[in-house]
Amino acid sequence: MRINLASIHVDDQEKALRFYTDVLGFLPKNDVPMGEHRWLTVVSPEEPDGVELVLEPDDHPAVRPYTEALVADGIPFTSFAVADVHAEFDRLKGLGVTFTQEPTVMGPVTTAVLDDTCGNLIQIAAMEAPAS
Amino acid sequence: MGDVFKALADPTRRAILDELQERNGQTLFELCTRLISKHGLSSSRQAVSQHLDVLEAAGLVHTRREGRYKFHDLDTSPLRTITDRWQLPTD
Repeated sequence: MRINLASIHVDDQEKALRFYTDVLGFLPKNDVPMGEHRWLTVVSPEEPDGVELVLEPDDHPAVRPYTEALVADGIPFTSFAVADVHAEFDRLKGLGVTFTQEPTVMGPVTTAVLDDTCGNLIQIAAMEAPAS
Repeated sequence: MGDVFKALADPTRRAILDELQERNGQTLFELCTRLISKHGLSSSRQAVSQHLDVLEAAGLVHTRREGRYKFHDLDTSPLRTITDRWQLPTD
């Protein structure tokens, strides 16, 4: 058994596809029509055959109260690994991304939290590089 | 207004104020993560939330809603009640 998918609920699949590709920099992987929605996944360009992130519609009535409560408390739905949190923060800020937490050293890891514009907060995280 | 002295009497609440002094305007998530990673405190999110309620009742923390997010700001002005009551040396 292996993990090949991770899902995130989004309030608009087309908007989410644009944000996750144009802004975050992921690549479209699967885009299959499924009735009124799509089976829509993206992958990291660093791992095109790696785990796919499913951009899943949030039309079930339980989803929004759940995601809204997480967002209110600043809790990221998931976390992506980056090489340099400060560099990503600067790059994404330049693209107009909203952060609810600026880069912060949390023990051995540096994290920041951004709004994906589709109903979720996302953490970006990097392990501290060894002192040079 | 709640009791400033009671609010300050708890080490976790003092750590919350320390962290807000370092960066104002934090979400509950950021505060909880800082308490764990920088202070080794293992308070639950609910416990931290209750600590924030006590600090807010004492006027030391204000909660600000900004769109869908909720941020916490430090307000040290209630501390004046302490130095008004027991004045600092003037030299």
